[in-house]
Amino acid sequence: NYLQKPGEGALKNVTLIPGVGIGPEITNSVKTVFEALHVPIKFDVLDNFNFENDDSKSQLRKNECILLGVMTEKNQKYTDNYKFYKYLDLYSNITFAFSVEGITQRHNNTDIVVIRENTEGEYSGVEHEVYPGVVESIKVTTKQASLRIAEYAFEFAHLSGRRKVTAVHKANIMKLVDGLFLQACREVAQRYSFIKYEEMIIDNCCMQLVKNPTQFDVMVMPNLYGSIVQNVVAGITGGVGMAAGASIGKDHALFSQGCRHTGRDIAGKNVVNPSAMLVSSTLLLRHLGLPNFADQICRAVQHTIQDKKIKTKDIGGNATTDQFTSEVIRSLGR
Amino acid sequence: MNIIRKASTTILRPQFNYQKVILFPGDGIGPEISKAVIDIFDAAKVPIEWEFHEIHKKRVTEQGDLITEETLKQVKALKYALKGPFETPIGKGYRSINVTLRKRLQLFANVRPCKSIKGVQTPYPGVDVVTIRENTEGEYSGLEHEVVPGVVENLKIVSYNACQNIAQYAFEFARANNRKQVVACHKAGVMKQGDGLFLKVCDDVAKNYPEIEFSEEQIDTMAFKLANDPTKIDVMVMPNLYGDIVSDLCAGLIGGLGLTASGNIGKDCEVYEAVHGTAPDIAGKNLANPTALLLSGIMMLKAMRLNDYANRIETATYSVLEEARFLTGDLGGKSTTTDYTKAIIDKL
Ligand SMILES: Nc1ncnc2c1ncn2[C@@H]1O[C@H](COP(=O)(O)OP(=O)(O)OP(=O)(O)O)[C@@H](O)[C@H]1O
Ligand SMILES: Nc1ncnc2c1ncn2[C@@H]1O[C@H](COP(=O)(O)OP(=O)(O)OP(=O)(O)O)[C@@H](O)[C@H]1O
Ligand SMILES: [Mg+2]
Ligand SMILES: [Mg+2]
Repeated sequence: NYLQKPGEGALKNVTLIPGVGIGPEITNSVKTVFEALHVPIKFDVLDNFNFENDDSKSQLRKNECILLGVMTEKNQKYTDNYKFYKYLDLYSNITFAFSVEGITQRHNNTDIVVIRENTEGEYSGVEHEVYPGVVESIKVTTKQASLRIAEYAFEFAHLSGRRKVTAVHKANIMKLVDGLFLQACREVAQRYSFIKYEEMIIDNCCMQLVKNPTQFDVMVMPNLYGSIVQNVVAGITGGVGMAAGASIGKDHALFSQGCRHTGRDIAGKNVVNPSAMLVSSTLLLRHLGLPNFADQICRAVQHTIQDKKIKTKDIGGNATTDQFTSEVIRSLGR
Repeated sequence: MNIIRKASTTILRPQFNYQKVILFPGDGIGPEISKAVIDIFDAAKVPIEWEFHEIHKKRVTEQGDLITEETLKQVKALKYALKGPFETPIGKGYRSINVTLRKRLQLFANVRPCKSIKGVQTPYPGVDVVTIRENTEGEYSGLEHEVVPGVVENLKIVSYNACQNIAQYAFEFARANNRKQVVACHKAGVMKQGDGLFLKVCDDVAKNYPEIEFSEEQIDTMAFKLANDPTKIDVMVMPNLYGDIVSDLCAGLIGGLGLTASGNIGKDCEVYEAVHGTAPDIAGKNLANPTALLLSGIMMLKAMRLNDYANRIETATYSVLEEARFLTGDLGGKSTTTDYTKAIIDKL
């Protein structure tokens, strides 16, 4: 049980960015469930959010926590994401992928947390044409950013009772940049002697993930490898509609799906799976010291899928988003 | 006159023209799996003669390469080579042998087919994908430096010419092998200029191949699709690093590194190799699975137009795998490398 301080039931403000694509549908599902539970959260909604627009920028810093649907349109998506994460210094991006009972998955008994450096590397956006027809893209790695992400990964493992951290890299080829990343991980690992530390090359790692994923626990890696590995772990478990996620820095925390996709192909059709977003919202609830609501929502999602066998298309059912959400609400309080 | 010449060439060409082919046995499990291939090829009476080449453990060129000029020349002269895995020192030091070979011989394309094998149980039945990877530039340029203490940079190079070569090869491959789809994998949303150039060239080249369906996918979305449901994917073409990652992932889908063939294709020569590493944990213990190198050898025989030999060995190999009586440890069996090799020879 969690014993609150007097006054903790007061309304808390959280920024809500529904965004584009499937964003409005999945965040709507969270809102409906929160209302049904009378969760003491007030959403400050930023509709038509545009990062380039200064007005919304200043509003971003107002609240500590943000609930995000999907950020931006396809062709500018990642650089926009990148600027956004950089702006709030949300340097640690976390994806949770775990096997869920009641879904046919490629692998069972999997429970992996991917921790991804979110502010540099291949996403620096430094590019130029050195000669007609020859382009250079620069991957930047710093000791400071590598250290703080390694630090976060071990601290996370420690505080959540996890036993192993695997650093993923390609230091045999990128000897300097990934070498620096590894060096940082090793430095931090020394201070956590009670947590097992391993290193794995990114290509071998992806092979191991589709072959034998139960060997992994917490994984930490640079930006681009992170985006790939997040998707692989989602693929071997319940898919991107099940994998929850968050991005955290010193001053802000953002909660969204574990894999960043717009889902244009299914948006607006009432077929989206809101589970990933619902589970992410429970991370938000715990972050704000409201664990009881989080437990109830997690149990309700599990009950809906496993016992009621109400599932959206991506996890092998034919329920609509609304039907799924309604069933979750009916299953609350169990 | 014409008739005579034709007749005489037929008569003069020897029935068994033993062609010389280079073999780099490699490190770790390399020598064991090479021996398995040699034995199987011998038993199938494949008309090739191996020319063995070692690779040195210390640098032999100024760039820090471990491979001599003479060897490189010889590969070009003989045109075909089969190569085991080589150790790559982690951290500072030498340039990876794989990278050196690819760069110096201009082996611009790396082709890695992965097809589910009956008898090898995996969570992913029905996989039949081919990864075509740009092999000469990108993130593997080896251009790195420390800008100020604690800040390092790696340069990813993308050139129009290399993109053109790889895109063209991918579509030619698809056409020659009766494949219906090519998908270009990229991260052009982030690397707008670098991957953007790659994507644009693929798009342009695709127009010359109207019979092949062309599409594009972000590399992370592709990783999701491969790990979730790879059965709808056909031929994939992509820059160097993504190709490295995806080809290993695909190997995992069909049961691991011990089962995937790979060819490095250039304008002058072709080097076929096992995708896996040196597996130091099992080296010298007669436990390694030689299938990857064997399938690579079979790919090489097909390129040399020795299809009859290739098909015979391929059929024998697949039937041993399907029967699953002589599988190596990586496939959940108990057989040694030599037992497995013998089983294939018995089937020939
Ligand atoms: N919550 C969800 N429920 C079900 N399917 C989802 C969900 N989120 C994403 N997907 C699916 O994941 C797949 C990948 O998404 P998408 O195509 O948007 O990724 P993408 O190629 O990165 O494109 P974009 O740049 O538009 O995000 C799609 O098939 C999409 O429908
Ligand atoms: N031919 C093979 N037969 C059986 N197991 C193999 C084979 N090749 C690789 N493995 C296994 O796959 C795993 C990864 O091996 P591999 O050597 O490829 O890793 P790596 O880290 O890429 O090494 P390297 O630095 O030499 O490339 C090891 O556990 C190894 O035993
Ligand atoms: Mg898409
Ligand atoms: Mg590799």
